[in-house]
Amino acid sequence: MKKQKSIFLNIDWTIVLLYILLVFIGWLNIYSAVYNENHKNMLDITQNYGKQLIWIATSVILAIFLLLIDSKFFSIFSYIIYGIGILLLIAVLFIGKEVSGARSWFQIGGLAFQPSEFAKFATILAIAKYLSSHNIKIKYLKTKIITAAIIGIPAILIFLQPDAGSAIIYLSFLFVLYREGMSGNIFIVLLIALILFSSALLFNKFIVIGVLAVIVLFFLFFIRKKRKEIIILSTIFLLCVGFVYSVDYIFENVLEKHQKDRINVLYGKTKDIKGVGYNVNQSKIAIGSGGFSGKGFLQGTQTKYNFVPEQSTDFIFCTIGEEWGFIGSSVVIILFIGLFTRIIFIAERQRYRFSRIYGYGTAAILFFHFIINIGMTLGIAPVIGIPLPFFSYGGSSLWSFTILLFIFVKQDADRLKIL
Amino acid sequence: MKNTYSHRKYVIYIILGITGAVFIFRLLYIQVINDKYKLSASNNVLRYVTDYPARGLIYDRNGKLLVYNEATYDLMVIPRNIKNIDTTELCNLIDISKEIFIKKIKKICKYSMYKPSVFEKQISKESSGYLQEKLYKFYGFYVQTRALRKYPLPVAAHTLGYISEVNQNIIEKDKYYKSGDYIGKSGIEKTYEKILRGQKGVKIKLVDVFNREKGSFQDGKYDTASIAGKNLYISIDAELQAYGELLMKNKKGSIVAIEPSTGEILALVSSPSYNPNLLVGRIRSKNYENLAHDKLKPLFNRALMAQYPPGSTFKPVEALVGQQMGVLSPETKYECHGGFHAGSITVHCHNHRSPLDLKEAIQYSCNTYFCKVFKAIINNSNFKTTQNAFNIWRKNILSFGLGKKFNNDLAYELSGNIPTAKYYDKYYGKNRWSYLTIISLSIGQGEIELTPLQLANVSAIIANRGYYYTPHILKDIGNKYNINKKYKEKHFTSIDTKYFDIVVEGMYLVVEAGTGRWIKMDSLSICGKTGTAQNPHGKDHSVFMAFAPKDNPKIAVSVIVENAGFGATWAAPIAGLVIEKYIYREVKRKNIEKRIMNCNLISEN
Repeated sequence: MKKQKSIFLNIDWTIVLLYILLVFIGWLNIYSAVYNENHKNMLDITQNYGKQLIWIATSVILAIFLLLIDSKFFSIFSYIIYGIGILLLIAVLFIGKEVSGARSWFQIGGLAFQPSEFAKFATILAIAKYLSSHNIKIKYLKTKIITAAIIGIPAILIFLQPDAGSAIIYLSFLFVLYREGMSGNIFIVLLIALILFSSALLFNKFIVIGVLAVIVLFFLFFIRKKRKEIIILSTIFLLCVGFVYSVDYIFENVLEKHQKDRINVLYGKTKDIKGVGYNVNQSKIAIGSGGFSGKGFLQGTQTKYNFVPEQSTDFIFCTIGEEWGFIGSSVVIILFIGLFTRIIFIAERQRYRFSRIYGYGTAAILFFHFIINIGMTLGIAPVIGIPLPFFSYGGSSLWSFTILLFIFVKQDADRLKIL
Repeated sequence: MKNTYSHRKYVIYIILGITGAVFIFRLLYIQVINDKYKLSASNNVLRYVTDYPARGLIYDRNGKLLVYNEATYDLMVIPRNIKNIDTTELCNLIDISKEIFIKKIKKICKYSMYKPSVFEKQISKESSGYLQEKLYKFYGFYVQTRALRKYPLPVAAHTLGYISEVNQNIIEKDKYYKSGDYIGKSGIEKTYEKILRGQKGVKIKLVDVFNREKGSFQDGKYDTASIAGKNLYISIDAELQAYGELLMKNKKGSIVAIEPSTGEILALVSSPSYNPNLLVGRIRSKNYENLAHDKLKPLFNRALMAQYPPGSTFKPVEALVGQQMGVLSPETKYECHGGFHAGSITVHCHNHRSPLDLKEAIQYSCNTYFCKVFKAIINNSNFKTTQNAFNIWRKNILSFGLGKKFNNDLAYELSGNIPTAKYYDKYYGKNRWSYLTIISLSIGQGEIELTPLQLANVSAIIANRGYYYTPHILKDIGNKYNINKKYKEKHFTSIDTKYFDIVVEGMYLVVEAGTGRWIKMDSLSICGKTGTAQNPHGKDHSVFMAFAPKDNPKIAVSVIVENAGFGATWAAPIAGLVIEKYIYREVKRKNIEKRIMNCNLISEN
């Protein structure tokens, strides 16, 4: 049959092209960020840009390999893969290599491996498998509990490493659950919590509560006589007040010092541009100084003279901002948004629910990395050390994102085989 | 299977779209709209290294070096660049304690984190050399070469002035100056600051995050070379100046000597003075403090800022004005019997023959004569009212360059005082004063006040028979004659030239056979006028003005010795010696010289 002629004819070339573009642009910027006069050779494997080339090459091999595997493999073995992921996450807590206070890595000889990266797509597979099972509806309590457990277990294990940044990524699954029927109210609750948290830190608590009270009275005015609503509204109000009062406690006692610092920097409460605010400030300087059209490839002074720490990894977006300006940065953002939109679009055309859920999971994970990473470099999200997909230097993350994406590409390529 | 929640994909699309839009608007804001970050990036990577020019040297009118530069080294710091330094080692290198180090750094940080500040001023040559070698260890610190002024001949301190570090005020007003720079604060250093300082250059260097130099910015396209300050030749005769200072030792007062044919100031002595080398370098502030608190006020430039009643030295001016106003001729004679009496007022006079004509009145400095001349001026019916006559008199007086500043190239001069009719109206009431009320003006007393420079200029005017050039200190800039046009302009008084001869004759007689005969020289015709100025501060000031030779004068002098008594006793011989020194380059009248030099007139008070 025509459809089965070749896997490569059925794959979605738009996604693949976007992938190639992003990886290539990422590598160019790593070259620029690491560049020094003594090592100009782009293929020099003693330098990070040389090493990244190896990671890219191996990722391509990985992608081709994934395309050749039967698409059913992942749906059949998803629980097993998830199980392995969980075991690895448990194991890393005990035998992982400690790097700056966290046990996140296995070190085997010269190779390092980060199980939390593996756990990302393992979790998506498990969710997809579970929610696509027969007779599962998200409105059932049992479904909710099991789903929460599938997502929560790896998140908690990662949180224990501790690696709060990677754990927070698991919040992205809310998008998947929303698409599969979960109530959208959770977003409203999260949004209100975020607003309250921010206002409680920024303003006097009495003002915050006063504003809340005004809003509640406003609503009460419209629903005067309905007792039930009045009770609900009052409960919400009391919960909010309670939350506002607990913010200080959460902030002072639950958060670590560096987390508090980063939040203070974000809200402009700390202007310590030599200390905790240094990264973000230098990052904004780098991006801001790029201007409309940028300083040109290898011409960024912030980049060239290493004013931004970790520029080839978490702060890679600075390089784009500085050397390619507003034009270049916007193009990259559009490419990313294009990729996410395309994944959602493709996911929606799947006949098989497993594939659709997996697609949404992929988009959600990538989108969360994107929003946090770029938000951080632009100074509108707190500093959370997570990579920019396909851009940031590093083998583990590039492999992990490649696997994540190409499992989906393969699912899509085989979509017509499913009757 | 029906997909019940399919429409929710639109919500997801919208979220994606909003996120993209927010990021792009944020980028638009920080990259295109807000300029702050571009500046910060430049501040990060560009270091502006100032290339300091050498300050111009100062020579006297004969090419003798008065001021030169000596290199010194300042340890500078840019606080935000300080990184992991070994404080103890640095403290040992510049020999300060850690507490002082911390105190200083804190103060500097308060001033600015980004701008270079002086950390330690004028470190010794040895430790600066050593420091230069070790500097790579101390990120944020660097050594800046600067120049200190040195004075091989410690003379003319007031005239030369001094330079000192700029303060915050100046930095804010004038962008040229940065913290640690020097600026002329007084004297020539102040007036000719812009010529002397030259033009700073700047080299723009690229540095990396560790403040290591990475080469020049755009191959030095925007670098500018410094331009050395120009050398100045001033009109002071260093030898004469030094001699004048020697004569004035242990006396309060001043000597001003002018070349009448050019208005160039040959000597400007204010005593007591100080050694200009005291106000240089690290010892400066301590010495300044001492000098500022000295009871004799050595920092006060009496030659320009002290205002004295001229006393009888004003009589030649009255003689000129009287002739001009038509109430006096060389033949006019007045009787004098021990003084001028009118109403309840008596102005005493000393013993001399009577009656006297005009030149004799100058010769013997007759008070009665000039009181009568003044009465004739003010009461002259041609001028109708007292006020009107007074105003005409005053106008003539002002034409001698009195009662106002010269606005020349000497900083901080004062204007002296010639009272106005308005002043008397206010003081006595309108039409309630007469010639008699202000009779003391006729003999240079009362409200009238002159600075020594003005008095010397009056002498120069008489020497020139009616005009003067604005007295000034600059002779030449660099090698090209480049003097301000306003110093080439003749200022004529309102007095007709023909009236001067008789006054010159009178002044000649003062020295030949009058009140100043003690300084007479056979070989030189000196014209002079003594003055003994009453003042509220104690004993009379001894005043003398003179010029010589009588024809084609080379030098005009004013001398004031505060609280020393008769003009003939001290001021006249000092003026005589200064004239002799200038004309003959050596002084033969050793006995007079010895008498002056050995005399301490300060302890007498």
